[in-house]
Amino acid sequence: MSQSTGIDIKQSLVDTVIAGLMALIVFGPIVGVLLDGYDFNLQTGNVAGLVGVVMMGRFAVSLFFQSQAGRNFLYRQASKNDGVTVTAPDYKSNLRWIIPVVMVLGLIVPFIASKYVLTVVILGLIYVLLGLGLNIVVGLAGLLDLGFVGFYAIGAYGLALGYENLGIGFWTMLPLAAIMAAVAGAILGFPVLRMHGDYLAIVTLGFGEIIRLVLTNWTSFTHGPNGVSAPLPTLFGLEFNRRASEGNIPFHEFFGLKYDSGFKYIFVYLILFLVVWAVLYVKHRLTKMPVGRAWEALREDEIACRSLGLNHVLVKLSAFMLGASTGGIAGVFFASYQGFVNPSSFTFFESALILAIVVLGGMGSTLGVVLAAFFLTVMPEILREFADYRVLMFGVLMVVMMIWKPRGLVRVTRTGFATRKGTVK
Amino acid sequence: MSQENILTVKNLVMHFGGIKALNDVTFDIKRGSVSALIGPNGAGKTTVFNCLTGFYKATGGQIELNAGGRTTSVIKVLGESFQVSDFFSPIAFWSRLKYKMFGGSHLVNRAGLARTFQNIRLFKEMSVVENLLVAQHMRVNRSMFAGILNTKGFRESEEEALQRAFYWLGVVNLTEFANRLAGELSYGQQRRLEIARAMCTNPEIVCLDEPAAGLNPSETEELTSMIRYLRDKHNTTVLLIEHDMGMVMQISDYIVVLDHGEVIAKGGPDDIKSNPKVIAAYLGAEEDEEVSL
Repeated sequence: MSQSTGIDIKQSLVDTVIAGLMALIVFGPIVGVLLDGYDFNLQTGNVAGLVGVVMMGRFAVSLFFQSQAGRNFLYRQASKNDGVTVTAPDYKSNLRWIIPVVMVLGLIVPFIASKYVLTVVILGLIYVLLGLGLNIVVGLAGLLDLGFVGFYAIGAYGLALGYENLGIGFWTMLPLAAIMAAVAGAILGFPVLRMHGDYLAIVTLGFGEIIRLVLTNWTSFTHGPNGVSAPLPTLFGLEFNRRASEGNIPFHEFFGLKYDSGFKYIFVYLILFLVVWAVLYVKHRLTKMPVGRAWEALREDEIACRSLGLNHVLVKLSAFMLGASTGGIAGVFFASYQGFVNPSSFTFFESALILAIVVLGGMGSTLGVVLAAFFLTVMPEILREFADYRVLMFGVLMVVMMIWKPRGLVRVTRTGFATRKGTVK
Repeated sequence: MSQENILTVKNLVMHFGGIKALNDVTFDIKRGSVSALIGPNGAGKTTVFNCLTGFYKATGGQIELNAGGRTTSVIKVLGESFQVSDFFSPIAFWSRLKYKMFGGSHLVNRAGLARTFQNIRLFKEMSVVENLLVAQHMRVNRSMFAGILNTKGFRESEEEALQRAFYWLGVVNLTEFANRLAGELSYGQQRRLEIARAMCTNPEIVCLDEPAAGLNPSETEELTSMIRYLRDKHNTTVLLIEHDMGMVMQISDYIVVLDHGEVIAKGGPDDIKSNPKVIAAYLGAEEDEEVSL
């Protein structure tokens, strides 16, 4: 690997001094000078502290990278070997136990967590759904979709407006929203999926904005920016409000409990939890099915796909529709959990966030998307104090990711197949 | 248009803007033969291939494929523009509309014609077996519900597809690389895998675009025997573009020579070897040099 072993203290000291000078230049004017009317005071103490921290940090880093462990780390980072790997046919992950553990933990969470934590986790799960939906379109089929929020909006407004105009409840709307979003995806997709790459991205960007503008401006139907309220899910007709609508009994009265506004979140959480697992399972199956393989093949090489008899438009359309329907389901949960929707929830930033989840998690990687969705929704809640810097942090994170882990957090593995004799009928 | 000919090309014309890439190309390919399409660089060989396989829509002429017990017009399935007469005949209208909306080169493949590419087009980030499974897309159980529920029928269909994939891996000698990424294979292996992938679509005629390009002599030898195997064991007609004259002359039953978008000669290898027009096209016209092909 490298010729010289052992630690070169001189080199570390040089690095430290350079870092200290740079820190002085950066922090000096910002921290060291305090304006006082037309005068200013020098705050040398603060500057010295900061520069000291930077120098110490640089020294430690420099020493670490000269040690064997540090060298190995650098070597691993330098060799961009984070591509796709094929696992052996009989490979079983060492982390298999984690799935039942997460399932059990997930079922316990609503009963021990506070209402606030629960709402954050619900939001995280909604983004997991969105991420999984977009992962089919972007990660598997390789179609850059910048208007995914459009399908999310269709699901959310589908529930709110369906309830207002037709009295359709949560449970009817759940499958219906999936179908509606899929149909919208098909209508958008059929004419535009013959394009690829950048053109498709622009068209989908336009689609997302069209949906938002329609929701904002068609005030007679959607109430514009004022928004619409959305119903909560019911448990076999039992409602979770303090007072049920006419002729119904609220949940807490039926079971003789004291009213708690937390009940509805627990219920939404439990349904969402099941739906997320169902979607995860379907996604897992899809990658092993002909259609999933066709999507990935299409991402790799469209011309080759056509030469193998795959109708590229229909294959893309199926990816688009399935992705959209997952987005629609997420929308229903969003509307139901918020109790209210308005167009400001469906801006382009939302699309960018979902795309960031997919890119951060690793295109095509299910686990990566789940982790990234939680990371990107829960982190802003934890770091409430830095809310102003949210977008800045987001940008920095993206840049750093693209430099060090361009393929996402979790690298994609493909399942191997046991060797067979091979026959042809 | 007899059943004897699997592929009939009549007066094929292909213009790119003002450039006439193909000018009145006519030839037939006999069922069960190995035929070659040769010619100097820029003669239009790959253009003919792209027209045959539906990647270019020919400007004029006819391409008919007699496979799978029916005749397919390659130009028609790509979707033609509407004619005035279509507006009086609903059937013709719908057929044209159908091909306009859902037509394309994939229908040519489904009709029984598979191809490989001059610059290899494998699914590089998928494993070797998966490359072959994708090729069997039209033959496996594609039902969403069966797949998600992992029913018995689905598993059987997948197993059959895997068996077929491993059979073809055996034929092209890649069984030990089954679980490698296609992009990791060596150049020669990738070429062989591409042929296996084309064969997995169960074609009656397979078009190989420069299969021996970049192969060393022993690999070329292997390829020659593989092409013979396809013809003899699987009754597949083979049409190939090739620059390796030794291989072409050794393997082909029938050769079509193109130059400047026109067929200048066709016939058996012996006729072509001694054809003065062919020699002129390859080596220039004025001198009467000895040519060993």
